[in-house]
Amino acid sequence: MEGIDGSGKTTQLALLAKWLKAAGHPVFQTEWNSSALVKAATKTGKKKNALTPMTFSLLHATDFADRLLYNIIPPLKAGMIVLADRYTYTAFARDTARGVDRRWVRELYSFAVKPDLAVYFRVPIDTSVDRLMARRVKLKFYEAGLDMGWSAQPLESFRIFQGKVLDEYDRLVDEFGLSVVNAIGSITDQQRVFRRLVSQHLEIEHHDDRIDESA
Amino acid sequence: MTIASTNPPEESGANGGGKPGQYYSYGIPYLSIANYPGKLIAIEGTDGVGRSTQITLLREWLEVQGYGVIETGWTRSELMSPTIDLAKASNTLNKLTFVLLYATDFADRLEKEIIPALKAGFIVLSDRYIFTALARAGVRGVDRAWIRNLYGFGIAPHLVFYLRIDEKTLIRRVLQSRGMDYWESGMDLKLGDDIYESFRAYQRALLKEYASMADEFSFRVLDARRKVDVLQDELRRQIAAFLAEPDGPSPLATKAEG
Repeated sequence: MEGIDGSGKTTQLALLAKWLKAAGHPVFQTEWNSSALVKAATKTGKKKNALTPMTFSLLHATDFADRLLYNIIPPLKAGMIVLADRYTYTAFARDTARGVDRRWVRELYSFAVKPDLAVYFRVPIDTSVDRLMARRVKLKFYEAGLDMGWSAQPLESFRIFQGKVLDEYDRLVDEFGLSVVNAIGSITDQQRVFRRLVSQHLEIEHHDDRIDESA
Repeated sequence: MTIASTNPPEESGANGGGKPGQYYSYGIPYLSIANYPGKLIAIEGTDGVGRSTQITLLREWLEVQGYGVIETGWTRSELMSPTIDLAKASNTLNKLTFVLLYATDFADRLEKEIIPALKAGFIVLSDRYIFTALARAGVRGVDRAWIRNLYGFGIAPHLVFYLRIDEKTLIRRVLQSRGMDYWESGMDLKLGDDIYESFRAYQRALLKEYASMADEFSFRVLDARRKVDVLQDELRRQIAAFLAEPDGPSPLATKAEG
């Protein structure tokens, strides 16, 4: 699941997980930047605003490597469906928007497992901002791109930074064949599209099972 | 399944093709390093070769001549030191996170210490450099092309001295000084339960990695079994010759005389 803050992807992911579990699929969820390993460094770096685009990028890659080996590969091997709230594309989009070399960050993540399906929830920047404001979300320093010094005003900085991130995502859609969900529709409409995309992958498995049974 | 490298061309990473003083490869696009006056000198080698003793003596010698000197080491950044210590203590590191934590640490020091010092005209003496990371990763079977690409943001030093000792001397010196520890014995590699055998196998593999890099990165190889002052004289001779080159920084002493 990919998309900028305020794209609604976390809501969509939760609904998808409910549906999968109800249908009896074993589901494992993992979230971007959530490993205990780098928590201390990320916290220190963020608190002191001491992260550079390079160290920001590398810390997230470390977090990803840790989760890949502990939270992604084992459940995959156990036959579970792994739902990842953000994946390598988040790094490609954000790090490049911060000025890290586009080729370097792709090579950095070349150890990753290629997802069976990557869904991008695309929203215009205004929709994202409206949603975040409606929830009275306080824009965080790095999420708003305030480290880049493009604007001292958090909302303005968020628009500039996330605008660049959106441009990068558009590039990724073609480069990696991301499935795009128009994330300005109603929650139910989006979920319908989302489930249809996911079921295409699950049907193949079901189909194989049937063949096995008849054999 | 895990280390599925896309096998990018090796010349795009940190390798012997790096021009001294320049980024190895893609570098840090937002941080231009053109025409800085400083110099970067790396002192590489395994444990027990006397790197820090040599660096202390070099610093003294350079400062007497009027050069500004800054030392940097491996895993000393403010950002990462606590995390690396914690991760090592809890043995939750795997080879990928091991490599990436050290790379993060290096990036932090490169941007905040090394590059500013080079721009300000200092001679940066680096106690170990990226070669330590490449050697450790190599022993652990991390994809060669991948790790060289990872360090493609680094700066190729102006000089790299590799202080070399043989396996037997290395083992005795480490045992004499601080003894074996879990990581320096490569216990994470599960080479065996016997810590001494594991330590020996690990150090031997490390020496092999360094030897292969000596050619790849044109190390200046020095025999570190010699006496401290003999080794120091050799280092000074080579560094003095390098600094005397036309584009080198001029020491205060010559300026005062001239």
